[in-house]
Amino acid sequence: MPAESPPQTLTVALLGNPNTGKSTLFSALCGVRQRTGNYPGVTVEKKLGHAEFHWQPFTIVDLPGSYSLAPRSPDEMIAVDVLLGRQNAVDEPDAVLCIVDASNLERNFYLVSQVLELGKPTVIALNMVDVARDRGMTIDVDLLRNRLHVPVIEIQANRKWGLEELKQALVDTLKVKQTPPESPFPELFQAEVTKLETHCEQEFETPLPRYLVERLLLDTSGYLSHGGIREINDSIQTAISAARQRLAGAGMPVPAVEAMARYQWIGQLLDGVVQRPSSRPKSFSDKVDRVLTHRIWGTTVFVLLMIFLFQAVFWIAGPASDLIDWLKSHASNFVAAALAEGALQSLIINGAIEGVGGVLVFLPQIFVLFLFIAILEDCGYMSRAAYLMDRLMSRVGLSGKSFIPLLSSFACAVPGIMSARVIENPRDRLITILVAPLMSCSARLPVYTLLIGAFIPSQRVLGVFGLQGLTMFAMYAIGIVTAVFVTLVLRRTILKGATPPFVMELPSYKLPGLGIVLYRMLDRGWAFVRRAGTLIFAVTILVWAAAYYPRYEAAENPSEQLRHSFLGRAGQLVEPAVRPLGWDWKIGCAAIASFPAREVVIATLGVIYNLGEDEDEQSETLRETLRSATWEGTDKRVFNVPVALSIMVFFALCAQCSSTLAVIKRETNSWRWPAFTFAYMTGLAYVAAFLTYQIGSLFVG
Amino acid sequence: MSVLSDAKVGQGGVVVRVDGMDDVAIRLLEMGLTPGTEFELIGIAPLGDPIEIEIRGYRLSLRKSEAARVTIELTA
Repeated sequence: MPAESPPQTLTVALLGNPNTGKSTLFSALCGVRQRTGNYPGVTVEKKLGHAEFHWQPFTIVDLPGSYSLAPRSPDEMIAVDVLLGRQNAVDEPDAVLCIVDASNLERNFYLVSQVLELGKPTVIALNMVDVARDRGMTIDVDLLRNRLHVPVIEIQANRKWGLEELKQALVDTLKVKQTPPESPFPELFQAEVTKLETHCEQEFETPLPRYLVERLLLDTSGYLSHGGIREINDSIQTAISAARQRLAGAGMPVPAVEAMARYQWIGQLLDGVVQRPSSRPKSFSDKVDRVLTHRIWGTTVFVLLMIFLFQAVFWIAGPASDLIDWLKSHASNFVAAALAEGALQSLIINGAIEGVGGVLVFLPQIFVLFLFIAILEDCGYMSRAAYLMDRLMSRVGLSGKSFIPLLSSFACAVPGIMSARVIENPRDRLITILVAPLMSCSARLPVYTLLIGAFIPSQRVLGVFGLQGLTMFAMYAIGIVTAVFVTLVLRRTILKGATPPFVMELPSYKLPGLGIVLYRMLDRGWAFVRRAGTLIFAVTILVWAAAYYPRYEAAENPSEQLRHSFLGRAGQLVEPAVRPLGWDWKIGCAAIASFPAREVVIATLGVIYNLGEDEDEQSETLRETLRSATWEGTDKRVFNVPVALSIMVFFALCAQCSSTLAVIKRETNSWRWPAFTFAYMTGLAYVAAFLTYQIGSLFVG
Repeated sequence: MSVLSDAKVGQGGVVVRVDGMDDVAIRLLEMGLTPGTEFELIGIAPLGDPIEIEIRGYRLSLRKSEAARVTIELTA
């Protein structure tokens, strides 16, 4: 028997509206056989999966969920470029798999009508046929198939039902040639596209695909003709304006002509295909929605849910770090017993084990937050949360979708920033990411607790408020106020532009699928470990080295060694800079040591004031030591209320978290934004700490 | 004739036109607010904005400032 050459891998682009079950289908087809990366220059995640059908291998390119194939930003351009084979990061697709929600065919077919114009072999997956049936709708799939001349396959992605037929249909697209359907546009419009196409052919070296020529004519937002397609010149611009004028004169105003033509085509296509009950009964989902968007009940449920979500992330942070500490101490004891004292032992205990612990400690929080978010997203509540909060967030120029990422950041900015993916608008998403670290996270709490316990008197203000509690509240408030201020400034300076649309589908409620929820949770956790983990680990090793070297042989205790290390010298070097904040070099040193992870400050203060490493924020000895610490060579106390406040304000605003910066790098796909975040936060923290100390000293001094 | 942002909860009508040529206008058209399409105003968010409508068999939320672009004719 002659050996057959292995079949060529079939590249399939997967596309669909949001809320159609696209991710469920992707994971049902590919399982864990997938790779993620970034497309160059944009924040869109590149997601490739692998599947097989009867020895035929597939590569599936998961494109971002979208209502329309009309690019108005570089992020939206990616899908079009991939589909047209203009994006070098992936192979040109052999076929397009378009998933549609069977219970909402009218709007879903808007995207289908654009996909069909690309002229690629296409397969349509009709998902959620069960939902449509439950609503009393019947769909004549054979009639739809005959009218479209492309395969239409009924599936239920959540139950993995219909997938074999779907894969068969994809393989068949290679054998059976599809006849491209007729354009939904009126003839006059098509003639204008042809005219413009010819014009482009004369001007450009490589011809522009007809679909892009059509988009050029339709894109009144100006993105394509002003940079989106590089080759566009003045002569083409003039031709476009002239064509639009002629079309408007003929009663086909751009851009409305596209939606009118496509929805008319859809109307004809679905006429007789979809039968609905004559009077639509209020479904279960409608009744749920009545309650969940109700003025009183909806708000109550929302507030309770958010408190629960926040508390869950907050609560998991404590036991998780206790567990990690326990693991770390066991691992350290083991190493201490196995290895002789020296650089290697210290590197493993204080560098490597700390580094691994520093990565792992975030995982439980990421899992819990993404478990919640995946459930909220999958059941349809996520967009209601954005709906309820939009008014509040739009006051500062963001949208309701920024609320959950920012709220989560009060527990920990790392999962908070990762959850900003729910924001489709790139600029809103970027601003949310940049201000999220200003929310006082759980790692700042030990610093507040220590300093408030040691220096803020436990007395009442106006009879009701405790002064210590008020100070704690002020620390949270300063973060929020600064975030509002930074957002307003960013929106007026480097990230300005028109307010993005908040036109958003409110999908029907449904029970969340266990599989997809777990999949999203593990996917996020793994992405964090892989992309941010190495960086966090590396920084921890660097700080270890700075505190360990150079060796000071005469050191009688850890404090002496630290004073002579690079870190200690750096603390003494920056003393002139931190003096205006009311700090001595030891505080400066502790602040520097805390840049990789702010929770380190307690342990560093313990070492530097010569108490050993096992101090925590509740420790009476550490509080006492801080209270009695004096400026070197004098008996003047270092700490007083303004100094304590200045340290707290600094910690409230400063970007002392390498994990956050690593995640910003990962999410924005650029070093520019973590650098910017670091610079602006550290700058603000310094100025605010300076003002706090100077003004505070006027009252106390 | 009035605009969508002035409609009351429970009122229905048809879209007459969407004003503008920017992102907001294009998005509204893409989501199905084309001339002649029927809609019903389902609700207004607790803080007074945005609004929720039913159109083409699904639920859509949009801000009042965006709904002000949509000229409508209310059915009695």
